[in-house]
Amino acid sequence: MVRRFLKAAAPLATLLCAAMAPNRAGITARSYTAAYAALTTRIPAFARKYGLRCSACHTAWPELSAFGQRFKDNGYQLGNDRDSPIWQSNAYWPIAMRTTPQWRLENTTNQVTDAAPAGKTLTQAGFDLSGVDFLLLGTLYKDITFGLVPTLDADGTTGLEAAFVRFDNLGNSPWANLKVGKFELDNLLSEKRITWLSANGGFLYAYHFLPVGSANNFGFGDNQIGAEFSGHSINSYTRYSVSLLTADDGTPGVPGGKSMDAMFTASRAFALGSGVGPQRVGVFGYLGHRPTVFDSSGGAPIPGTGSANKSFVRFGATAQLWVGNLELIPLVSHASDDAALGPGADKPAWNTALLEAHYVATPRLLVQGRYEIVRMSKQGDPVIPKTQGNADALTFGVRAYPFMFSRDGMALHAEFAMTKTIGTVPLSGDGSGVDPVSPTTVVWSRSLLLAFDFAF
Amino acid sequence: MRPQTRWLSLVSACGAVLLLGSVSPAPAQETHVGSLTGRAGAGKPLYTRYCAGCHGDDGDAQGENAQWIDPKPRDFTTGTFKCRSTPSGSLPTDQDLFNSVTRGFVTTNMPPWVALTAQNRVDVVSYIKTFSSRWQRARPGTPITIPPEPAPTIQSILHGRELYQRMECWKCHGPAGHGDGPSAKTLTDSKDDPIRPYNFQTGSRFMCGTTNQDLYRIFMTGLDGSPMPSFDDQLKPADAWDLVHFLRTLQPLKTPEATIWRAWFTTHGRELKPIGQEGGGQ
Repeated sequence: MVRRFLKAAAPLATLLCAAMAPNRAGITARSYTAAYAALTTRIPAFARKYGLRCSACHTAWPELSAFGQRFKDNGYQLGNDRDSPIWQSNAYWPIAMRTTPQWRLENTTNQVTDAAPAGKTLTQAGFDLSGVDFLLLGTLYKDITFGLVPTLDADGTTGLEAAFVRFDNLGNSPWANLKVGKFELDNLLSEKRITWLSANGGFLYAYHFLPVGSANNFGFGDNQIGAEFSGHSINSYTRYSVSLLTADDGTPGVPGGKSMDAMFTASRAFALGSGVGPQRVGVFGYLGHRPTVFDSSGGAPIPGTGSANKSFVRFGATAQLWVGNLELIPLVSHASDDAALGPGADKPAWNTALLEAHYVATPRLLVQGRYEIVRMSKQGDPVIPKTQGNADALTFGVRAYPFMFSRDGMALHAEFAMTKTIGTVPLSGDGSGVDPVSPTTVVWSRSLLLAFDFAF
Repeated sequence: MRPQTRWLSLVSACGAVLLLGSVSPAPAQETHVGSLTGRAGAGKPLYTRYCAGCHGDDGDAQGENAQWIDPKPRDFTTGTFKCRSTPSGSLPTDQDLFNSVTRGFVTTNMPPWVALTAQNRVDVVSYIKTFSSRWQRARPGTPITIPPEPAPTIQSILHGRELYQRMECWKCHGPAGHGDGPSAKTLTDSKDDPIRPYNFQTGSRFMCGTTNQDLYRIFMTGLDGSPMPSFDDQLKPADAWDLVHFLRTLQPLKTPEATIWRAWFTTHGRELKPIGQEGGGQ
């Protein structure tokens, strides 16, 4: 498989040349904005507040280190009695901003266009912007944490990525914390702190894949609305969380249905070896529901009246392993949806696996790679080819941080990512965003990204 | 050169090497805490990652954040450390430094680094010891002996209160332990930076620990580099424990000492003389 990927990567030089030509299609990847809705998070406001370098909380920002994980688990508090806002200068404001000006190139094969209904290769390239994340997080008082992340996309649209309040250390115990609002799920491999930025590399298929014809809208990588009860040991080596979430994939407003989703995570770290961090293993599970029947008015469903809920499940295991400066993050998962969530009479099921590797040469240089696969184990409809929806994704990248202070940070980011999907558009939505003509057609999609990723 | 002379030279050279080896202190590049051995080489990148922003790349407290921090970060080049189990003026043990890194310092910007693996912390300690030549010239002091703690009684608390008055602790820490004594605003540390005395109202943690033993150790070793002296030559162990029991009543905590104190105070409070310039402490 890897050899086939390398073969597919050969046209890269061609792509670079193509990038120099005018973009006749004039189309930007439709989901690129969505990709940046999942923009990774790194918060210099905390570094300013506590006087710590980025590298204290991040192995290579935005990925959290063990120290940063404990800081987050403790409600963004270090625990040295300097956490309450009363300690801060009146001039301090808990806000940071992040954006990523960039040049990128997207190349996707077998794309249906008006002039080529049978499909052609589309190449899109140019300078672009990521939009801006406003990261407002901190403490309202000792053991009361808040988070607010408005987003401003490059096209001017706004969003609310996160908004929550968290009551920390209930009963003076780190094992009891309650968070309410919209927030990222407690994923050990965080997509919000992912070190990938390209259209094809910035998503995890494990967190967003849905089978062909699915009416489900759930994504692990999407922030959800609900309540999370969590706990951790003093050093956060042992962690758990239990969440109850509205069944609308984080969409504000009256929930689509009257049932709740539930998620459980648990992980344990071991101080083995002399790597940059401890060795952590974890499991996760999600039981969700989606309504299939709505009361309607004029034929339009009335929000909040969903019923006849049908379930779906996701569960898996992951790890964070260190060998010196090399970090390995494997993740495997299994997923299945109720047949009523589409597309046929059977329950679709699929498996995912990925291995991400980070070589943190220094806190200021990260070399990384990831390989991920999705394999359908059962289609929802017997007429769907068994392989339709299968996906492979391979990504390489380098991030260099020319300076690293407690006031701001910048990364020079280079990334190449490519995916192979069968009978479907890539998750990035690159190209025309339309499924290929044949359900067995292989679509290759490649991203090249050169960016200045900075936060201040 | 005659054979005897060559032989004599060889023996002399070997003797010199052995002599030099015997007087050199243990290599400062290594640290031993329990079964762990820390190495400075492994600690350097960790120090750069976690510590240098405040303590500086050269350990001289000149990190880019130092100017914003109050109190100032420790200057490792002086080889002077507040939290020790060893007598005043001596170097701390490896365990002392390990404990400091693990615990952090309350009311300062130094957080607990408990999330780092123990091996990482030992390695960092090893590297910290390379910044001062004191570690090359001297060995750590011998930890002081802490006698068993007697049970707290109202008598011990009252005696501790009397000592708090007589030893003039209140001049810095204030009559109620709020860190607002008449001398508080004039205090500076060994680098002439202003320093505030500990405010017992701030919570459960002291600068160097949380337990009664930790508090006892602070009296008897002092906090080197700060105005807090060692009272080892002025306090008998029993007196020191009495002072510990009294200081526990100043904290906003439900300690056994506070329970005893509050019960007694409700009926005898009026009998007490106030602590302070005109007070008697009893």
